[in-house]
Amino acid sequence: MNATRTLERVGTAALRGFAGFGVFSRFAAQSGRSLREASTWGPLLAGQMRKLGVNSLPIALFLSAFTGIVLALQASYTFTGAIPLYFVGTLVGKTMILELGPVLIGLALAGRVGANIAAELGTMRVSEQIDALETMAYDPVAYLVVPRVLAGMLMFPVIVILGDVVGIFCGLLTSMAMLEMSAQTFIRGLRLFYVHFDIIYSTIKCISFGLVITLVGCYQGFNTKGGAEGVGVATTRAVVISGMLILVLDAFWAATLLRS
Amino acid sequence: MSIQLRDVHKAFGPKQVLRGVTLDVEEGETVSVVGFSGAGKSVMLKHINGLLLPDRGTAFVDGLEVPKLGRRELFQLRLNIGYVFQFAALFDSMSVAENILMGLRKKGGLAEAEMRQRVAESLALVDLTGYEERFPAELSGGQRKRAGLARAIAYRPKYLLYDEPTSGLDPVTTTVIDRLIQRMKEELGVTSLVITHDMESAYAISDRIAMLYQGRVVEVGTPDEIRNSDNEVVRSFVEGRPDLAHDAETPLEPAAQQGRTA
Repeated sequence: MNATRTLERVGTAALRGFAGFGVFSRFAAQSGRSLREASTWGPLLAGQMRKLGVNSLPIALFLSAFTGIVLALQASYTFTGAIPLYFVGTLVGKTMILELGPVLIGLALAGRVGANIAAELGTMRVSEQIDALETMAYDPVAYLVVPRVLAGMLMFPVIVILGDVVGIFCGLLTSMAMLEMSAQTFIRGLRLFYVHFDIIYSTIKCISFGLVITLVGCYQGFNTKGGAEGVGVATTRAVVISGMLILVLDAFWAATLLRS
Repeated sequence: MSIQLRDVHKAFGPKQVLRGVTLDVEEGETVSVVGFSGAGKSVMLKHINGLLLPDRGTAFVDGLEVPKLGRRELFQLRLNIGYVFQFAALFDSMSVAENILMGLRKKGGLAEAEMRQRVAESLALVDLTGYEERFPAELSGGQRKRAGLARAIAYRPKYLLYDEPTSGLDPVTTTVIDRLIQRMKEELGVTSLVITHDMESAYAISDRIAMLYQGRVVEVGTPDEIRNSDNEVVRSFVEGRPDLAHDAETPLEPAAQQGRTA
């Protein structure tokens, strides 16, 4: 009897999961179709790029600066006596570009941007502002979702590249000030294993993270039910789900693009 | 016939909200739909401009069958239907003028200066001259409703749908809104469908009144006919007797009831 009930619960949860995925996929497809409405989303794109991208720079650069400092110190601590110190530059550069830059900034922006989008659109949903857009013949997906998703996909790589530059620069300053290493030594290590593919790999990851953060935020906002409590639930879900998807995508890209 | 609802059924999950609504609104007419809270009045209204699609039955506006319209035809139709929301639904990140300009820009055909002129005219019609640069958060409840009405009339729709335009307002502001609704009809010649549970408002503004009960229209008539109706449901509502209020919400379908009790 217990086994039957457990199976029933597992089946119900699986069905709910599949149904949710189906609804999300339909929403994503609708967003793709609404790309045709360029006259609706076009004028809004620059504003969203500023709001989601430029305004996120301070938190992203702050995070990167301290990550660069810690990476340099940890590398020197790990390498002492065993590995030449110029590898500090290698580790800081590789780790910032390939992993910590995109993932840490992605998780931070899942909180900042994803929550912001879900709360804003959720409030618009419960106060009937999205319905109001429809009554005035606007495609709400083209008006609200497309500019946010495009802004996320375009700005996220830019933010991360700037973050990488700041992180590596802070790693360099830390190495010079605290590890008695010259700039040339650090840069020698930085260039040692650098390949252009690192930037391409990082950019692909960033675009996918930007897509996930904004699309999940929009989906949760669009499907908000109830009042203030519903907005809270949508916001929390947006942050948790996009954070999880960032980690899953991180593993996916590593498995598909880094295997030689 | 300008607006026609034919046997409209709508359910949300197990809750059957509309169970065969049929209603006609003639050109230039103002019809109020009254009924207890939860009777499905707002749900009914949203079928007219395609915000909701019926599970069964259909809706016609200007002879066009709304559920069968393509995306572009539906958008085109919506520019002929102004919608006044219960809580105004103004875009809170925009000023009153920007709110009103949204519909005008979508409809097109006017130069920027003409659109600004139309904003001023619309605000004057609802006695909100000078409020162009205010934001929704800076307006009172009554002013927000009037700004919502100005937004709905700015692009000169042929039809106006009002969702509880006077709910939550004081008696004086209610009278102001009622007069505005009459003014829209007289000055702009619009056909209006008004959702309300305020009988005084309904008597004041309507050519005809329809009573929605348990997901169906149970009576339609002129204000006098409704006032003197023999229908027990209508009498109970008009006289404010609570004896039928607990039955007002549309009952669950038998299958859903079984699901609930299982």
